[in-house]
Amino acid sequence: MGKDVLTGEHFIHGDAACAEGGIAAGCRFFAGYPITPATEVAERMARRLPEVGGIYIQMEDEIASMAAILGSSWGGVKSMTATSGPGFSLMMENIGLGMMTETPCVVVNIQRGGPSTGLPTLVGQADVMQARWGSHGDYGCIALVPCSPQECFDLTVAAFNFSEIYRLPVFVLADEMIGHMSERVVIPRKADLVIVDRPQPKVGKDKYLPFESSSHMPAPMAVTGQGYHVHVTGLTHDERGYPVITDTVQERNVRHLVDKIRRNAEKIIRFETLGIEDATVVVVAYGCTARVARQAVENLRGKGYKVGLLRLITIWPFPSALIRSIAGRVKAFVVPEINYGQIAYEVERTAGGAAEVLLLALMGGSIHSPEEIEEGVAEFL
Amino acid sequence: MRVRCRKLQPFNKEAADDVIQKDHGLHPDDKYLKPGRIPHIWCPGCGLGVVLTTFIEAIRRKGLPVDKCAVVSGIGCTGRVAGYLDMDTYHTTHGRAIPFATGLALAKPDTSVTVFSGDGDLFAIGGNHLIHAARRNVNIKVICVNNFNFGMTGGQAAPTTPLEAKTSTTPTGNAEAPFNLPAVAHAAGAVYVARWTTFHPRQLVHSISQSLDKKGFTFIEAIAPCPTGFGRPNKLGSGLEEMRFYRENSEIRNGIDPGLAEIKLRGKIVVGTFSDVDRPDFLENYQNNVVSKVLSKGDKPGKGRAA
Amino acid sequence: MKFWRLPLDSEVHSIPHGTVRIIENRCKGCGFCIEFCPNGCLKQSKRFNAKGYHPPEVVSYAEDCADCGLCSLICPEFAIFTQLDEAKKITESDILKVSTRYSRKDKRYVKS
Repeated sequence: MGKDVLTGEHFIHGDAACAEGGIAAGCRFFAGYPITPATEVAERMARRLPEVGGIYIQMEDEIASMAAILGSSWGGVKSMTATSGPGFSLMMENIGLGMMTETPCVVVNIQRGGPSTGLPTLVGQADVMQARWGSHGDYGCIALVPCSPQECFDLTVAAFNFSEIYRLPVFVLADEMIGHMSERVVIPRKADLVIVDRPQPKVGKDKYLPFESSSHMPAPMAVTGQGYHVHVTGLTHDERGYPVITDTVQERNVRHLVDKIRRNAEKIIRFETLGIEDATVVVVAYGCTARVARQAVENLRGKGYKVGLLRLITIWPFPSALIRSIAGRVKAFVVPEINYGQIAYEVERTAGGAAEVLLLALMGGSIHSPEEIEEGVAEFL
Repeated sequence: MRVRCRKLQPFNKEAADDVIQKDHGLHPDDKYLKPGRIPHIWCPGCGLGVVLTTFIEAIRRKGLPVDKCAVVSGIGCTGRVAGYLDMDTYHTTHGRAIPFATGLALAKPDTSVTVFSGDGDLFAIGGNHLIHAARRNVNIKVICVNNFNFGMTGGQAAPTTPLEAKTSTTPTGNAEAPFNLPAVAHAAGAVYVARWTTFHPRQLVHSISQSLDKKGFTFIEAIAPCPTGFGRPNKLGSGLEEMRFYRENSEIRNGIDPGLAEIKLRGKIVVGTFSDVDRPDFLENYQNNVVSKVLSKGDKPGKGRAA
Repeated sequence: MKFWRLPLDSEVHSIPHGTVRIIENRCKGCGFCIEFCPNGCLKQSKRFNAKGYHPPEVVSYAEDCADCGLCSLICPEFAIFTQLDEAKKITESDILKVSTRYSRKDKRYVKS
C-alpha cells in the first residue's frame, strides 16, 4: 500500500495539490469526467487512489459523477469530484440532492471563463454566485477559495472536515490560474493534520433520527450496512427520513438546511487581512486576484497610503459582519474580480451604503495587473 | 436584514411512533417494510406492489440479511419503492439512481445493491447512465418496472410508449417507436437480461433470485399495468383487465435474442430469461488491471513527477 | 379427468391445507387475488372497507386453499396471505375432490 499523506516539500500545481489534499483528508473515492482545467485533479487521482486502497472511476458525465460520490459517501467512504464551469452546471441537480440529504462530500471547481463553453483554458471567477445559488431551492453552503497551490492542499483538507462536520457537499472554488500554477507545497506529517470524521449514531435504531433538526447541527450519520435502515430521499422529509409533503415539515426541513450554516457561520468563516485597521480604502479580493491585490496594496502602503486588503478564504458563508464593521470607518471598498460583479454585490449589500464600492471587473481570460488595482484605489485617495 | 419566520412545529416522535405501531406486522412481508409506510401511494390495479412483493420474496428465498441489501430508486411511481422497504434505501434524483448506486456498490462491495426504477427514469432521463453501467458491468441489480408511460406526472409518453399508443401528450397516438428494453440492456453488456409481466410473479421471483446470485450488471424488466395513466387513454380497461391481457398474450421464449422481443400496442408480449452470461465485473477488472499493477510497482507513491 | 385409484406414490406426497388471511382495510379492490387464485377460493365481498373498496372474502368451500401463496405474491397491497394449517395424507376422497375442483374452476371461467 502506498502512502496517503506525502509528507514533505513538493513542486506541484494547484490541481495536484487538491488531489493530494483530498487523499490526505481520507478521500478514497473519486468520480469525475475530464474537463479543462480540472482534468489534472482526475489524472492525479487515477494514479494515486489505487495506491492507497481507493477507487477512481471515470463516469459518463458530471451528473453521474456527482451522483456517484453521493452514493459512495452513503457507503461510508469519503468522496470527491472535480470539474469546471460547464460540469459544475451539470452537477447542480445532484448538489441539490446532496444538500437535501445532508451528504458529506467535496466538489472542486477549477473555474474558467464562461458562460457556456467560454474559455476552457483561461481563468475566470464567475461561478461564485452559482456555487451559492446554483441548485434550486434554499440551502446553506460552504465554499472555500484557495489563492495558491499550498492552499489548494490545505483548503481541500478543510473542505472535507467541514463536509463531515456539517454534513453537506462543500465547494473548493479555485480558478484556472491557481489550478495550473506550480509552486512549493509543503505537506505536513500525518500526525499534524487535523482530520475530522463524521460522527456515528450512538443510540439504537428505534431512537435514531438521521435528519434531526432541533439543534443547528446535523445528526450523526448512519451509512449503508450499519443496520439503521435509513431512508434517504430528496423529497421533503421528516426527522426519520420519511417523505412528508406538508408545509410544516418543509418549514423544519429547509430552515435546518440553511440554519446549520447560518448559525455556525462564525465558526466556518476564514479570511486574511493586511492593514485594514488604519485603512481608508479596503481591497476585497479572493483566489488568484488576491495575489495581485496583495502586490497592489503593498505598493500603495509603501508609498504611505492607508490601504488595506481583505482576502476572503471562505467566500460562502460570506463574512457580512466583518464587512459591516469595517464599512463605517472606510471610504470605499475596491473589489477586483474576474467577472462582471458577483462578490461586489455582496460587499455593496453588507456595506449598506456606509462606504462606496468600486468593482474592478474583468470578463475572464486574464488577471488584473497591480497597476489596475492601484488606479482603482487611487480614485478614493 | 431581520428575518421573521412562522413558528416551528417540532417533530413529535411519540405521535409518529403511534402511527408506526398501528397496523404494522399483520402481514408476513411487513418485516421487510418500513413501519408506518403502508398503504403505499400506488393506484388500485397498479402492478408496482406486485413487483415489490416479488422482490421481497426473492430476498427471503435467498436468505439475504436486510443489512446486506440496499435499494436505490430514481423518481416516479417506481421511485417510491425505496421508501417502503425496511433496509438502507435511497430515493435519488430523476434518472440518477444508477450512478448513485454505482458509487454505493463500489464503496460497499459486500452489499447487494438493487436499483428499482421505472422505464421513464431509467431509459429517458437516465438512459446514458444505464448503458454505461452495463458496459462497465458494475455490480448492481436493475429492476425496471415498465408501465409504458410517465405515471407520476399523469400519463405522458415515455420512451417505451408503443407506436400509435395514446397518452396525455400523444392524444392522437404516439409518433415515435419505443425502445425494446431487454435488447438495449443486452446490447450495452448486461450479464443477465429477463422480462416478465406482473402476471408472472413466480417467474419474477425466480429471475430476481437468479440475478441476486450474479456478479455484475443484471437487468430485469417487469411489465406492469397502469390503469390510470396508460390503460385509460388506450381503452385497456382496469388493472385486472390488463393482467388478463398479459395472461392471454404473453409468450414465454427463454433464451431468444432479445431483439426479437419488441412490444406493439395490443400485441404479443414475449417474456422469458433472454441472456445469462458471465464476464468480469468492474471491481474485478479494476483489481486486475489497475490495483495489482500499481502495487506491483512497489512503494513509489506519485514521487518525482510534478503531475 | 377422473382418477380410478390412489396414486402409487401417494405415501410420499401430502396435500397442504391453508387458511387465507385478509387484512381488509389494506385492500384497494384490484381483484387480482380473486381472479388468479388457482383454486378459486376467493370472491368479492359486499362489504366496504375503511377505504371504500370491496375486499375479497373466502368462498364457502375454503378448505380448497392449498397454501400456494399466489394471492400473497400477486396482491399489490400486502393485504392477503396464506398460512399452512396441515399437510394431509392423500386419501380416496381427496382424489374425488381433485376432479370436482377442476370442474368447478372450469365453470367459473366459462362464466366470466
